[in-house]
Amino acid sequence: MLRLIQLELQKLWLNKASKVLIIISFILPFTVLILSSIKINFFGFFTLELGELGIFNFPVIWHITTFFASQFKFFFAIVVVSMIGNEYSNKTLKQNLIDGLSKKEFILSKFYTIVFFSLCATILIGLATFFIGLYYSSYTEASIIFREVEFLLAYFVKLVGFFSLCLFLGMLVKRSAFALGFLFILYILEWIIFGLLSWQTNSMDLAFNIKRFFPLESMYKLIDEPFRRIVMTKFPDKADIAYDYAVHWYEIAIVLGWSAIFIFLSYQLLKKRDL
Amino acid sequence: MEPILTINNLTKKFGHLTAVKDLSFTINKGNVYGILGPNGSGKSTTLGIVLNVVNKTQGDFHWFDGNITTHNALKQVGAIIERPNFYPYMTAEQNLKLVCRIKGVDHSKIEEKLAVVGLLDRKTHKFRTYSLGMKQRLAIASALLNDPEILILDEPTNGLDPQGIHQIREIIKDIAAKGTTILLASHLLDEVEKVCSHVVVLRKGEKLYSGRVDEMISSHGFFELKAEKHQELLDVLESHSNIGKVKIEGELITAFLNEPMSASDFNKLMFEKGIFLSHLVKRKESLEEQFLQLTDNQ
Repeated sequence: MLRLIQLELQKLWLNKASKVLIIISFILPFTVLILSSIKINFFGFFTLELGELGIFNFPVIWHITTFFASQFKFFFAIVVVSMIGNEYSNKTLKQNLIDGLSKKEFILSKFYTIVFFSLCATILIGLATFFIGLYYSSYTEASIIFREVEFLLAYFVKLVGFFSLCLFLGMLVKRSAFALGFLFILYILEWIIFGLLSWQTNSMDLAFNIKRFFPLESMYKLIDEPFRRIVMTKFPDKADIAYDYAVHWYEIAIVLGWSAIFIFLSYQLLKKRDL
Repeated sequence: MEPILTINNLTKKFGHLTAVKDLSFTINKGNVYGILGPNGSGKSTTLGIVLNVVNKTQGDFHWFDGNITTHNALKQVGAIIERPNFYPYMTAEQNLKLVCRIKGVDHSKIEEKLAVVGLLDRKTHKFRTYSLGMKQRLAIASALLNDPEILILDEPTNGLDPQGIHQIREIIKDIAAKGTTILLASHLLDEVEKVCSHVVVLRKGEKLYSGRVDEMISSHGFFELKAEKHQELLDVLESHSNIGKVKIEGELITAFLNEPMSASDFNKLMFEKGIFLSHLVKRKESLEEQFLQLTDNQ
């Protein structure tokens, strides 16, 4: 396993474009965190300090940071599709196999790298959240600090799932740009199917319940948007905006299921193909 | 003899097209093999199948004694196919390190093999800055990294200038001289003739011949003759049992042998008949003529 990760990391790290993208995808989420922690002084009229709004309180901070950090997954998604696209366009995939890498090892080396990257991103976000929280949070009891730490697990699963999808699309169309295009098409397709479903069944709720089994939607639902939750903390009596923002085991199971399907399909594609 | 690669009844279909048809042959240790055939005869497809990049339709093949998976066997094989494929953004050294990782070989071989192909002074340059000849030489260095049991070369001189072709051939000859088994696919007959001891001839995916290069056609060669007494010479040739077909091009008579006969014996016979030859050459068909004869007959 270590050999396969080393192999892929060498391919990625020596490529300037992917190196830059990897660094960006690690750094950008933090700059946002840091920026939002800074007091912004509006020419002496008033100071806006996001930390004072209570969004850096435990346990809600886990929810907020993972939600925002996951918006930056797109940078590494570009790396994932290009690491497949480049192997095809340079014909190095063919050469790798001839040199004695099995097709299974090839897919695994990509998958391990995805897991490795997701793990690094999760650990970094986890540590950063922990320290920012300690600094700003009004509550610092251990039981409250670690109450919603499952958002980190959700973040990790979300990254693995999304990058597995990118890997599969990369294998399917062999071209980086087209793979990203397909990703967008899939997003639209999910909404079209949702629209058709709610039109046919006359029930938005049923359509939503079906939609959450779709790949992109299931990944999105892992970490629900935290805005309404923040509003809720300010106005606790507003029951009509209450919603279910928790991470559920079945949400994780659906995304893990999709990841397994995407990796398996990528392997089957490679196995069937003549290079 | 120790078999390295055994192919049994291998067939590959691309839709309706049959690229390889019921092909069987065995590669034994220590020989230099050529796979010969015009473009599109199934050479590259056959190599692609045994190298794990093309899926077979029917039949089977196995490396060495058959108790090893294909991808593990390939770690003991060095192969170069059509074009050299490397990561353009890596240097020669970094590319070879990657190959070492895949094959599970120690990095210490890199310098040695770069020296063999004469690229040691360019090892820190990026692959994309290389000329085609240098790329092809790097591919050979890469294929040699694991000191392979067999070196497979698919059209290694394709697209190179005469100097590059010469360099590659010299390297191949050196490697062959050290006892490495070589399998060389080519449509260039003189390339195969110069390097190989055994040959497999393919046409439209079918095997026409497999065996030693010098036994490719059961021919005893032919004489090229000229004499003052042109008509008398022809009469003698037609009556002689050792001589088969006779071809006349102006002054020059070409007489094909049915039975083995040395040039001196023939010369003596002519002398006894009172015919003095002004021109006598005994030749065997070149591989090109043999190849054309083979592909014409079927």
